Amino acid sequence: MTNNINKYKTVGKNVRKVDGIGLASGGHLFVADLADEDSLVGGILASPHAHARIKKIDISKAESLDGVHCVLYHGNVNRVLHTTAGQGYPEPSPYDAVMFDNKVRYVGDRVAAVAAETPAILKKALELIDVEYDVLEPVFDPEKALAPGAPIIHDEEDAKVIIPVEYDKNRNLAAHVDTKVGDTDKAFAEADIVVEGRYKSHYANHCAIEPHISHAKLDPHGRLVITTSTQVPFHVRRIVSQVCEIPIKQIRVIKPRIGGGFGGKQEILLEDVCAMLALRTEKPVLLDYTREEEFISSRTRHPSICDTKLGFDSSGKLTAMSLKVILNTGAYGSHALTVGSNSGSKVLPMYPCNHIDFSMDSPYTNLPVGGAYRGYGATQAVFGLECLMDEAAEKLGISPIEIREKNHIRSGGTSPIFKALGEGTEGVEMKIGSCGLDRCLQMGAEEIKWGEKQNMQGSKPWRKHGLGLAVLMQGSSIPHVDMGAATLKLNDDGSFNLLMGATDLGTGSDTVLSQIAAEELGVAVEQIIPLSSDTDVTPFDVGAYASSTTYLSGMAVKKTAALAKYQVLEAAAEMLDCKCKDLDIENSIITGGPRKLNLEDVGRHTLYADNQHQIIASASHITEKSPPPFAAHFVEVEVDTQTGKVDLLNYVAAVDCGTAIHPKLAEGQTEGALVNGISFALTEEYIFNDKGKMLNPDFGNYKICSTQDIPHIKTILVPTFEDTGPYGAKSVSEISINGALPAISNAIYNATGVRIKEGPFTPEKILNALNSQAS
Amino acid sequence: MIKVSLTVNGQKHEKETAPDTSLLDFLRSIGVKSVKKGCGKGECGACGVIMDGVYCKSCIVLAMQADGTEIKTVESLGNAQNPHPLQVSFVDEGAVQCGYCIPSMLLASKSMLDKDPDPSEKKIRKSLDGNLCRCTGYVKQIAAVKKAAKIMRENKNDQ
Repeated sequence: MTNNINKYKTVGKNVRKVDGIGLASGGHLFVADLADEDSLVGGILASPHAHARIKKIDISKAESLDGVHCVLYHGNVNRVLHTTAGQGYPEPSPYDAVMFDNKVRYVGDRVAAVAAETPAILKKALELIDVEYDVLEPVFDPEKALAPGAPIIHDEEDAKVIIPVEYDKNRNLAAHVDTKVGDTDKAFAEADIVVEGRYKSHYANHCAIEPHISHAKLDPHGRLVITTSTQVPFHVRRIVSQVCEIPIKQIRVIKPRIGGGFGGKQEILLEDVCAMLALRTEKPVLLDYTREEEFISSRTRHPSICDTKLGFDSSGKLTAMSLKVILNTGAYGSHALTVGSNSGSKVLPMYPCNHIDFSMDSPYTNLPVGGAYRGYGATQAVFGLECLMDEAAEKLGISPIEIREKNHIRSGGTSPIFKALGEGTEGVEMKIGSCGLDRCLQMGAEEIKWGEKQNMQGSKPWRKHGLGLAVLMQGSSIPHVDMGAATLKLNDDGSFNLLMGATDLGTGSDTVLSQIAAEELGVAVEQIIPLSSDTDVTPFDVGAYASSTTYLSGMAVKKTAALAKYQVLEAAAEMLDCKCKDLDIENSIITGGPRKLNLEDVGRHTLYADNQHQIIASASHITEKSPPPFAAHFVEVEVDTQTGKVDLLNYVAAVDCGTAIHPKLAEGQTEGALVNGISFALTEEYIFNDKGKMLNPDFGNYKICSTQDIPHIKTILVPTFEDTGPYGAKSVSEISINGALPAISNAIYNATGVRIKEGPFTPEKILNALNSQAS
Repeated sequence: MIKVSLTVNGQKHEKETAPDTSLLDFLRSIGVKSVKKGCGKGECGACGVIMDGVYCKSCIVLAMQADGTEIKTVESLGNAQNPHPLQVSFVDEGAVQCGYCIPSMLLASKSMLDKDPDPSEKKIRKSLDGNLCRCTGYVKQIAAVKKAAKIMRENKNDQ
């Protein structure tokens, strides 16, 4: 199918974001704004030790403090094993967490929780909990954690996996995958050129500006109502039901506006504790994390070590690939298997090749817990791959663009990896439908003036100029796993309520999905009233993750709208005494009939006049494919060889996300992701002391980009048409976080001749590398 | 407990509060919830207000320091029925994603434009440097401020 975006009325247009003005005028839309005024304040006592057994815990002084309503710890809550990962059931992450345990596994692990009348009483109560620890030997190095004789972090008997995957807690192994295609030994032996290297990516925090926050209370009927900042409301309902041991029907989860997530809120971090405090006290409870707790106790990007090796023939064709990943999952195995799998499946298919060796080990360590983070494994693994592509190009005497053009996947192409690597199970065979990578490379190179600026001098003799690039892919939803559903109902003024399980966490999906509904129905977007998500009201959706919302939930909305439209036309045909198939809807007017009707007429007629019924439709969608969006990122830098500081001058992201349903929002997703990628590459870093404690848990010392830190940025949306997506759309949200690490490393090399293989690229690291190069 | 009285968007408020209550917590306790908490240390900028004409971060101002002052929050700019050009430009330029940092960023922008109606991009970047946003990458916000500044200048010339 060709790209026929121009015929659309709403899709492809920058309509006004449906929740924009409400947010910009300070509407009370977030969890903290909606909490009951008389809520108790919840708080969590965190472990000061990286690895310790709780010998004794005395809560009596805290409990007897005036204004304290509840203290929870392992002695007074049931031990229910689960995973905090907000994934579909059965979860691929190990069941290695309980609400409170008699053991702590990282600095920041949960010890106890309190609900009190005021923040001051809460603080005092947390101080009064008397804990005696038996401090155990910790292990911080992921490779040492896997070695024989290492301290065992999950020595409890009951930790387990609930799907048939490799898991060995007695070796600190939270997840393992390996897959082989062809004969890599032979292919590497026969290769004309082999490049290899160990590339390390580091800990990072999501830094949503709204920290995690949950509010729970019992309604007058005794049902638990949880209003929470989450990407996965239906998984919250299921996991709270599991951990608090109350039926799903007793729980309602409401997701209001969310102040950013980026994967960090695909986790059941506070909801279970908040719910338990509300159940025990029978009072509303508000529980949130401080910024410090966000850094220390929430989830992070899994740091990884990627040993990557590529073989080429003399023409520059890739003949063999090997990627061995060690993914440090920290104290719990949240998302370990799937992030690890994705570091192969969302990276290796970029360059089709018949001989591939992939393995991933994810060890437990006594460090902060990995989780879902935008990019989800691809960020980590593409770093080494894209740096080595440059290294190979240099050896082959061809340009970085040429080596990628020779090798990258194209429409109609496939990779054995798609079938070999899934999410805890086998993957799904897939042929690439849309691929605009050729044009991404070409347009991006033009925009940054790749040709013109080769060998350009720096602005001062000690400032070296460089250019770098990286090409990227991701996916769009998890095939045969993810499901989204929607409902549309017609009101008597011709408007529609669009009820979605899909979870807008600030991305703009309420707007994008309203556009899809409007386009299919033949109405203006203002006629759509979106609601996401409330487990009592909206149909199911797995939630906002795996780059699924536009592609998967969007298709559910499109199907729903087609069904609703058919019902409208049937009713209109009855009213007009004509055939349904002759009718259509255009800008809320029924066309093709003997006389004109509008949707208001149909709405009023069906609700109040003849053959009265509610026009209402629901549909669900699962996907067979996970079509990758593609991108080419280009960066221009100057490296100060006296200080080691790298300054970004220009950054160009050319992105193929299929049809951009809302171009400005798609650009916004790209820019937000790439700026996050830039600060991950340059400044963001967890600094630990030798006891495993993070020393910089605040924005003053963990530096994320602000307005003065960003280069000139240009986003180019390169349209393609993905037949399996709504109006040709694929995903856009995650892919562009992956580019900065390799592109900037390539640019630093281009500028200075030193190759930085470990993030972040701090002045100190670069200066040290320059000094060792000189000596 | 001490008594704090201040004016918020033209309305007088008076309340007893603990001496260590931040202006942020005080404002939220009297129902002004457009002021957001993101760090509590003056580092993220989600809690900005205009106090006696000066943009400041309300999480690092004590409520008692604000006694007797006049506070303006984003509600003073406009609402859904009658939005300010800055609010409209932010939405239409795609500068509002999750929206959590936006009320404060709008106030920082307003405060700058009151003093400099035609700021350079450098000036805009400098003025918004204390307002962290993890969603947008700032490109759209810088464009939105430029656009709003132009509209505000034109509106002023029309008057």
